[in-house]
Amino acid sequence: MKKNKNHFQFPKIVQVPDRFRNSIGKYTIRRNSRCISCGLCAELCPHGVHPRYDIFSKPLRPKDYKCIGFKCKETDFFCIDRCPEQALTLRRNPILETLGDYRWTSEMLIAHWDMAETGNLPIVDLEYNLGNSGGGFDKIRFKTPEPGDYLNFDDEDVDTSITLNKRGDGRPDVINSIPCYGGGMSYGSTALSVMVARARAAKLLNTLTCTGEGGYPKELIPYAEHVITQIATGLFGVREETILFSPMVEFKYAQGAKPGLGGHLLGDKVTPEVAAMRETVVGNALFSPFPFHSVYSVEDHKKHVDWVKEINPDVLVSVKVSTPTDVDMVAVGSFYAGAHVVHLDGSYGGTGAAPDIAKKNIAMPIEYAIPKVHNFLKDEGARDKVCLIASGGIRNALDVAKAIALGADGVVIGTAELVALECVRCGHCESGRGCARGIATTDHELGIMIAEDWATQRIVNMYMAWRKQWCEILRQYGLKSIKELVGRSDLLVHLDYLDEEERSKYQPAPQAELII
Amino acid sequence: MPKKYHIPIKTADPRHHPIGKYATVEFREDCAGSCRVCVKKKCVYGIFKDNYLHMSTMGEPEYLYACHSCFRCVQECTKGIFSRVINPEYRTLGDEYWRSDILHRIWYQAHTGKIPVSGAGYRGPFVAAGFDSMWTDMSEIVRPTRDGIHGREYINTCFEISRRISPLKFNDDMSLASEALPILENPIPLILQLPGNLIINPAIVESAAKAAQVLDTFLIIQPKDYSDTLLPYARNLIPSFTRANIRNHEALIQQSRAVELAFDNDIEDAIHNIREIKSDIILMIRIPLDADAASRALELSALEVDTLHFYADDHGNELNTENPRFLKEMIREIHLKLVNGFVRQRINLVFSGGIAMAEHMAKSIICGADGVIVDTPLLIALECRLCYRCRENLSCPAKIDNTIDPQWGSQRMINLMGAWHNQLIEVMGAMGIREARRLRGEVGRSMWFEDLEMESFGPIFGKRKIAGFK
Repeated sequence: MKKNKNHFQFPKIVQVPDRFRNSIGKYTIRRNSRCISCGLCAELCPHGVHPRYDIFSKPLRPKDYKCIGFKCKETDFFCIDRCPEQALTLRRNPILETLGDYRWTSEMLIAHWDMAETGNLPIVDLEYNLGNSGGGFDKIRFKTPEPGDYLNFDDEDVDTSITLNKRGDGRPDVINSIPCYGGGMSYGSTALSVMVARARAAKLLNTLTCTGEGGYPKELIPYAEHVITQIATGLFGVREETILFSPMVEFKYAQGAKPGLGGHLLGDKVTPEVAAMRETVVGNALFSPFPFHSVYSVEDHKKHVDWVKEINPDVLVSVKVSTPTDVDMVAVGSFYAGAHVVHLDGSYGGTGAAPDIAKKNIAMPIEYAIPKVHNFLKDEGARDKVCLIASGGIRNALDVAKAIALGADGVVIGTAELVALECVRCGHCESGRGCARGIATTDHELGIMIAEDWATQRIVNMYMAWRKQWCEILRQYGLKSIKELVGRSDLLVHLDYLDEEERSKYQPAPQAELII
Repeated sequence: MPKKYHIPIKTADPRHHPIGKYATVEFREDCAGSCRVCVKKKCVYGIFKDNYLHMSTMGEPEYLYACHSCFRCVQECTKGIFSRVINPEYRTLGDEYWRSDILHRIWYQAHTGKIPVSGAGYRGPFVAAGFDSMWTDMSEIVRPTRDGIHGREYINTCFEISRRISPLKFNDDMSLASEALPILENPIPLILQLPGNLIINPAIVESAAKAAQVLDTFLIIQPKDYSDTLLPYARNLIPSFTRANIRNHEALIQQSRAVELAFDNDIEDAIHNIREIKSDIILMIRIPLDADAASRALELSALEVDTLHFYADDHGNELNTENPRFLKEMIREIHLKLVNGFVRQRINLVFSGGIAMAEHMAKSIICGADGVIVDTPLLIALECRLCYRCRENLSCPAKIDNTIDPQWGSQRMINLMGAWHNQLIEVMGAMGIREARRLRGEVGRSMWFEDLEMESFGPIFGKRKIAGFK
């Protein structure tokens, strides 16, 4: 167990392999029939690409997803050159062009699978910090650090915790040991095992996860101290006791994937269990209308906040809103209504099914909303009293750090947690029986594809790998706590705002044309 | 309860397998040939159910028309023989503007009438040229109405193609002194028009006319494409004339509620001629979208015309220039010219060329259009692949040049427009706008890339040094 200065012990990293027989990697290694099974490649490769067992002398299919590719050529264990029969061929995996998209590139997906498996940063040359979207986070870089600023201390001494309650109102501070917590994914939209695994991971990492709007399954009760109860417009599954359980209640006014549209759970996914949880009819589509029909103003909103605070004197209140043009006004209104956390959900993110037109077009990307709200709250003198949380299109550890430097206190993660569970982002979360990979489904046969232990550790591993990146960034700039990074936009540059000479010092934005 | 506008959507299966995005690659030499746990039998979506038996006959690999890209077959095959590539045929669809994913979505909508929905967030570029550099706004609280599930049931998408009545004037006895102009409303802010440079045959024209009738909108039609089979749809046709051929088609003008007239320098004479044939006809002027478009709009607003139809090229670009501007900028220019000339309320603006997705309709209206004219997507709804072979007099791979069933053809178009209408309502609902007419020119309900960059990033990063999006 690792101990940090807050005396929280981060969980152990445990290797958690892929669920599937054929893992997808950046490179492929093919062995042809000239192989004489001499076993040299197995002896040479330190990455375990060539499995071999003492009691089985025939060659096995290479585990090519572990291969570090052409950079291995510089080493003396490059199997391709060393094979006495020249029976091995190394290529970039052609399947990569069918995987990923502009925001989550194939390499970013593979890297996150690797992090979830190993708990470490990938040793394969994968670009996992930048997507191919050509804007926003993908064009923002951390400035080249001054060597003299480097603070040489261990990860254990780096504080990556955030405090959710800054109001000083006598309610608990609620400290998360990482600057992330899990986004709301409802019972019904994801498999129960996924929900439970996310809650278990949140407990191990001393952070939170969120129920989403589908109610509070009893399986989450053991992790109640780490589970946010979401109250959305449909009020599905919201009960007094679930508010009493929770360290924080989240009012979902809107969500980035479908801002202003409300939620829609298709009838296929309303199984008897889901219907019972939501107190509805099996097979009937469920709508969460937009907006709260009882809220016309900040004063109405304050009634909601007061209602929850009255029920549970220890609970914090988060208000999740989307990113309209007046998001700064919405944020300050939420603060004055008594919210501890203002959660901005940008337009490009989201995990659940949403109309394509909404995901692409409605509301602004989170990169614009964070500095807008951060600066407005500062001008209002409210910034120190509210915890600003960002989400929607935050994909990796660098995005988290950039969001914090732009002005957020922390972020909410949804998609990346699912990617850790081997989501391929095919986008068919809603169709038929749901996710073919067993993540976003209520289908019994598909739902059992995910084991809770496996999923818990994959999520933990991914965050532990991310933490390594955060620690390194903080060390580079002489910071000991991620709280010191909040609003440090002076540490960032945007490639489009640099002179050509200055721009050439930074990694260019990837610009591949993809077929989506 | 007032009657609501309703588009009758009904599944209209494609005649051919739509071209799928993916193709399988199988390394058959490693395949056992009759594996009892073959992943093809286990496909969650059942896409191999009709043809997994081809394994035993070692038939040619098939394209995966309905593959949902879950990768389970690739990752679970016991021999690891599966891989896949982008279907080479998919790559050939359309062109740089009409991308393969746009065609795919149009096919889906024409087939099902449903809004394209997917999970796992947006997957495209952060920003891109044209309409992709603006976002529509939303409101956390404001809705068109609190009635119904989402309030969207009461959103009005009407627009007028008749010119506005100026302030009414009254005689001393309070009788009406000003002329009451005819009113012609369209319940949906789009008009249909078949693209002139792709296949047009009587069955396609009839399909489009029937779709216009069911949608209660109009089809702009060339007189040469008119035949008596279209008589039942006459109320929903807008024949398009030039000054030279007006007199040849007096009967067609008489039976129409609206006509279109191509712009030329003696347009006033032509307008006069048409009004002589039918004085209360709604008149639309067809004008190229070029550098003179805005000034022409201002001039024409003084005449007795109802609607101005500006046509861009197929990609929504300005005509007759080497450095064309996109539809978005052109609409703004024309709209603002009329606003500044205090005549915007008097006349309607519709635009054609490059309207490829439902969001283009909403964004055109935000920029200042009253409505849009849909052309190429109508042919794509009939399975056109935009291969442009027809322009070289070669056969059509989708067999659109053969006779199609107008019932099927019209249903495909109705489905597509129904899905677009629903998407417009979604976007308007999010914005809290209850009427399409109130959305016109309402740029305050949108966010533009340049403004957001300046507002949010300007204070942090200073002055932007790169123009454009890449």
